[in-house]
Amino acid sequence: MIVDGWDQKLLEAIQQGLPISPRPYARLGDLLGLSENEVIERLDRLKQIGLIKRMGVIVKHRSLGYLANAMIVWDIPDHQVQEVGRQISEFEFVNLCYRRPRSGQDWPYNLYCMIHGKNRESVLKKFNFLEQCCQTQSFPREILFSVRCFKQRGAIYYHSDQELADG
Amino acid sequence: MLTPLHKQLLNDYQRDFPLSTTPYRDIAEELGISEHEVLEALTELYEANVITRIGPVIPPNRVGVSTLAAMSVPKEDIMAIAEIINKRPEVNHNYEREHHYNLWFVIIASNQAHLHHVIAELERLTSYSIMSLPLLDDYFIDLSFKLDFDDC
Repeated sequence: MIVDGWDQKLLEAIQQGLPISPRPYARLGDLLGLSENEVIERLDRLKQIGLIKRMGVIVKHRSLGYLANAMIVWDIPDHQVQEVGRQISEFEFVNLCYRRPRSGQDWPYNLYCMIHGKNRESVLKKFNFLEQCCQTQSFPREILFSVRCFKQRGAIYYHSDQELADG
Repeated sequence: MLTPLHKQLLNDYQRDFPLSTTPYRDIAEELGISEHEVLEALTELYEANVITRIGPVIPPNRVGVSTLAAMSVPKEDIMAIAEIINKRPEVNHNYEREHHYNLWFVIIASNQAHLHHVIAELERLTSYSIMSLPLLDDYFIDLSFKLDFDDC
């Protein structure tokens, strides 16, 4: 994957938000010293190589009344985790599904998903539906509802030792 | 109050935002309205704090490295500890959750050494240990979100 300094600057700039004006890519280009076409071509390429997963409106769930969110963690046998993970990720209301390492006896969980809802009941309803469909009831699991959000922001870029950090 | 146009913009344009010289005009044409109406509605969504931005979502671990970090801290100390953690620019989500591991945050760094440094620093500053749970597989990394406006 080849990402040059211009790509990095472009990603950094667009992460602040695309201007809401008739020629937003031209505005972005003006800031960076790139032409409008170069901006569009580079973004298109970054999308094709998968460095941009999607491009569009980024919604704040909490301000739309999606106040409840739960992180659900399961301990799924290693040989089944991929299959179960893929099944879980198919549900419309699941918006993250990751495998992570177990961490000692205290934390045997290896599969994570996130469910948002307007309230606790609606999250639990979705969760129960998911467990029935995926037959995961027999696996050890925990539901970690969020209590408070101390910090939430989109991924940002910053420079460290002239290296580009992640988003 | 969200109008039907607001809802349409929120649900239909979380992905595949037009990469053309006039993306807002393209959206307007798709919806059969004026470009001005699209710009105005999006500005309203920004101002109402409903959207954070229009922009890209970048998958984790494609540039740099990240981890999900968890800490178990006494309830009465959690605010103070969260504040210390939030000061690091490498931290981009920080939630209190119902569990004895009650503080959960994401750390994003430029490389492994940088990540280890941040973890060590936070452990030193807070005097609590961090359980680091880096991503191994993404089964679904698309952060678009289907909004159900009837589910109130």
